[in-house]
Amino acid sequence: MDIFAQQLINGLVLGSVYALVALGYTLVYGILELINFAHGETTMMGSMIALAVIGALFGVAPDLPGIVIVLTGLLVAIPACMLLGYSIERVAYRPLRHAPRLAPLITAIGISIVLQNVAMLIWGKQYIAFPTTLLPQGRHEILGASITDVQIAILVLTVAIMAGLVILVNRTRLGRAMRATAQAPAVAQLMGVNVNAVISATFIIGSALAAIAGVMVSANYGQAHYYMGFLLGLKAFSAAVLGGIGNLAGAMLGGLLLGVIEALGAGYIGDLTGGFLGSHYQDIFAFMVLILVLTLKPSGLLGSKSVERA
Amino acid sequence: MNVLDTLTGKAKSRVWLTAALLLLGLVLLPFLVEASLGKSWVRIIDLALLYIMLALGLNIVVGYAGLLDLGYVAFYAVGAYCWALLASPQFGLNLPFWIILPAGAAIAALFGVLLGTPTLRLRGDYLAIVTLGFGEIIRIFINNLNAPINITNGPQGITLIEPMSIFGFSLGKTQDVLGLTLSSPHLYYYLFLLCVALVVFVCVRLENSRIGRAWVAIREDEMAAAAAGINTRNIKLLAFAMGATFGGLSGGLFASFQGFVSPESFNLMESIMILSMIVLGGMGNIPGVILGAILVTVIPEALRYTGDLQRVLFGQVYIDPADLRMLLFGIALVMMMLFRPAGLLPSKQRKREFAEDAA
Amino acid sequence: MSDLLRIANVTKHFGGIKALTDVSFTVRKGEIFGVIGPNGAGKTTLFNALTGLYQPDTGAIDLAGTSLYRRKPHEILKAGFARTFQNIRLFHNMTAQENVMVGRHTRTTSGVLAALLHTAHNRKEERDCEAYAQQLLNRVGIGKHTHTLAKHLSYGDQRRLEIARALASEPKLLALDEPAAGMNPNEKNALRDLMVSLRDEGLTLMLIEHDVKLVMGICDRLVVLDYGEKIAEGTPDTVRHDPKVIAAYLGGEVAA
Repeated sequence: MDIFAQQLINGLVLGSVYALVALGYTLVYGILELINFAHGETTMMGSMIALAVIGALFGVAPDLPGIVIVLTGLLVAIPACMLLGYSIERVAYRPLRHAPRLAPLITAIGISIVLQNVAMLIWGKQYIAFPTTLLPQGRHEILGASITDVQIAILVLTVAIMAGLVILVNRTRLGRAMRATAQAPAVAQLMGVNVNAVISATFIIGSALAAIAGVMVSANYGQAHYYMGFLLGLKAFSAAVLGGIGNLAGAMLGGLLLGVIEALGAGYIGDLTGGFLGSHYQDIFAFMVLILVLTLKPSGLLGSKSVERA
Repeated sequence: MNVLDTLTGKAKSRVWLTAALLLLGLVLLPFLVEASLGKSWVRIIDLALLYIMLALGLNIVVGYAGLLDLGYVAFYAVGAYCWALLASPQFGLNLPFWIILPAGAAIAALFGVLLGTPTLRLRGDYLAIVTLGFGEIIRIFINNLNAPINITNGPQGITLIEPMSIFGFSLGKTQDVLGLTLSSPHLYYYLFLLCVALVVFVCVRLENSRIGRAWVAIREDEMAAAAAGINTRNIKLLAFAMGATFGGLSGGLFASFQGFVSPESFNLMESIMILSMIVLGGMGNIPGVILGAILVTVIPEALRYTGDLQRVLFGQVYIDPADLRMLLFGIALVMMMLFRPAGLLPSKQRKREFAEDAA
Repeated sequence: MSDLLRIANVTKHFGGIKALTDVSFTVRKGEIFGVIGPNGAGKTTLFNALTGLYQPDTGAIDLAGTSLYRRKPHEILKAGFARTFQNIRLFHNMTAQENVMVGRHTRTTSGVLAALLHTAHNRKEERDCEAYAQQLLNRVGIGKHTHTLAKHLSYGDQRRLEIARALASEPKLLALDEPAAGMNPNEKNALRDLMVSLRDEGLTLMLIEHDVKLVMGICDRLVVLDYGEKIAEGTPDTVRHDPKVIAAYLGGEVAA
């Protein structure tokens, strides 16, 4: 088996998930210049809710086609996360829109803790298995590496969602309002844009993407956990920064790149360090990337917004 | 400015009287606590004192200089592992405290500067995330540095750590002092109390100094601070280093007190807890930070009794008190920011800042 | 009069925008030197480039024999070049006195150890610093506001406080960025008197100002910037009649 090709595929699949979550960070940042720290938890909730629905439905009607059960889970998780994202903004961010920057960050941390613990109380501390038998089990050989049906589905779905999002932002009334608000909220308001509605819409869209990403990641790894959102969120945020925060294409590129960097890094770190560091250091790559980007090129690969102190 | 100079003789004696009573209360506290709440609570107040030190250290970085550090626990970890490695069977070393503690503090300070250097240009919330990442990197390394060379013993952590021994007088076992029999937690209590007093002293002195003013100036307006002649890079690094020093010191004390360290103790949650002590108590205000540290340490312990309460009410425990504590904690953070953003005991400056910005 | 500040060919571009192109002039010791120009002419950019907030692309900046080119803001202040900001930038939650004491940062030395030990030197320095700050507050006319928070001061007093903070560094050259902006006529007159008296005490001042009447009345010499380039330099009288200047201002304001 070709390790490089295999890690590349794994990286792209993982990167797709990062990209979808990163889009949520970047959309919100573009408009509010706020890091929605609780976004990773929204992803986790999407995953957990979908799994709960899938488990329940499988219990009631085990004869339904697997794909229908999984899609039902996804279709429940998406609106649930949209509602969650909307509520988070209303409760934790909107009242603090003009407060010092520290304030919304701290409420966001608070919300994250609450969501994690609510999830833990509902679903327990154990890993929850994704009934992967419900999904197609095909495996294909490509360039000496193997790719599963689920991985192909993740890649295709991600590309489709990204295309949809680009159309939404560039071609629709809502997209225009979002771009206007991102440029100059006060002016947009004067021009008749309902800024609060746009902000709500942004959170809702981001949360829908997070729900999809949550289901994808648990389908790919076959499990979910109440604490999975933290690291996933952090890595997706790193991806958004890598691509240039506030920039949609940047979030997509950053997500895919980070996924590939992580996969290749984990695959080769042992060789690179003469066996001193092993693949369990995989998680540090995202942080290294984050620190390097912010130090060397804070505006990211494609970004124009500077994150430096004004 | 010396406050005492401005007081009349009568008021001065009242201040001294209050101070003497306070001191007496603090000296008697472990006995009162042990008599009323039980032995385990002496350990809890010991931990509260450790957290006061940590919170005051982080307060220099966050409260004074306005640099949001979410990876503070990394310095605590560095100090703790420094003690653990230099005074345990891990390497068969048992160096005296007057070498380990300064070494731990110095290494932590060095890490503070290492972290600070690349991040100084970043705006507040980015700094928060980068410091968080830094904290995680340190934890991941500690967790994995057991192979190929076993340095940290990985996830199992390091056990059998030597207790603090001050020139032959060990705090790790029961000792007779002045006719009183004091158990190990009692002995550590007095040591930690002394250290807290030292940290408070340092913070008060720094707050009212040229350096303290420079920190606050940077928090208020960095560009204006630079134009007013402050070398913002160095002064910020100094804040990081000072904060880290206290973190390292507390870490060393923690390792000696606990006798055991593992990566588990130094996760992100711990950083967030320390930050919340500051936020809940009152950022930038020493009494507020102390109050916050006490509340955040003591309330979760008190929540343990809700387990018994649940058993009495429902016949079984539905919510593990340890889980309940995190949930309540998250809710408290949100509520505080929404309804009392300057904390329970706000510093006068911060109170005004929040009042102004909310208007 | 000897030269204090020499600027040669200072250029600063932002991407494709030429904010400053080859700006050169000299400020002499003990004069009030004006920098005027229409909106967007590059006046504030010039100040920022001189005081280290922006890095100029090329050029030479020289204060009393010391090069300030691409130095850090605090180094430039220490060399004797202090400034104020167009949109007042005070430490709002610090008192007036504390603001000025921060301004004295480069002229004081106490570090962490001195502060912890309260050394004799440290105590004396703090006392002196407080006294010096009070003196400066008196000097600019807000002596009774020692313990007032900066943000509670009136607009005019905030301007004064910013000047006091800049003076605390004992500068050779003080650059004021539109100090009269938003002031009423009384406040403007007081400001004018303050600037003149500072000059008479030997301080050199640089002044960006929109109020052409004020500039023409007070400046010994001035430069005119337009689109980031120097278009004229000289005494108010020569500049007033310079055709390029009249064109830049559309013939209105300056001639009046």
